Amino acid sequence: MLKILYFAGLRERLGQGSEELELPAGVSDVAALRDLLAARGGAWESLLTLRNLRYAVNQQMARLDSPVQAGDEVAFFPPVTGG
Amino acid sequence: MAELRVRVQEADFDVGVELAALRQGNPQIGAVASFVGLVRANNDGAGVSEMSLEHYPGMTEKALGEIVEEACRRWAIIDALVIHRVGRLLPSDQIVLVAVAGGHRGEAFAACEFIMDYLKTRAPFWKREVTPSGARWVDARDADDQAAERWQEPGTA
Repeated sequence: MLKILYFAGLRERLGQGSEELELPAGVSDVAALRDLLAARGGAWESLLTLRNLRYAVNQQMARLDSPVQAGDEVAFFPPVTGG
Repeated sequence: MAELRVRVQEADFDVGVELAALRQGNPQIGAVASFVGLVRANNDGAGVSEMSLEHYPGMTEKALGEIVEEACRRWAIIDALVIHRVGRLLPSDQIVLVAVAGGHRGEAFAACEFIMDYLKTRAPFWKREVTPSGARWVDARDADDQAAERWQEPGTA
């Protein structure tokens, strides 16, 4: 299983903050997971169209080519604005 | 070895109490530099009546801890503290405290500014503000990225 988290404006657009997903065949990095989720259409296309979308794998900032495997926690979110 | 301290909380903090605790019992400390960030009553041309701060529990504490560790690696500081509030905040409320104790002011000032600049671009917090035309998520600023980039060490990406 994968745990997927969404935050801030992206969470609002998607209408959910988290989900669990069986790691689909052929998904081995963040980019492939993002494309798979975006293919749901509608608000999910935000994953492709939002400017400067950020990613984390297991609570570490990640890149599109960062590996993803079963058991990972993957997060998608807009650029951070704390401080 | 520095005692690293990071706290994410809804409650307000007392800067005087925190700074006193940071330097207590260590006569090697000759300088404490601190920064306090506040909720501004205006942003991007609109009045702000309230703000809420969301974060990524777990990753936030890790990211802040790593930023403080990196500051300890770069400067000979003695101790550091980061407190960041989450939840609902009003104009003039305190949002964040960064405090650094060192032997001398140079490393304390530099490490304090470094921690703040990295926090702005690497710690997973998001601000949502209420303006007269409705609520909106605050956009990230390019200036914050530039402020963080100037600390980039040669040979790193």
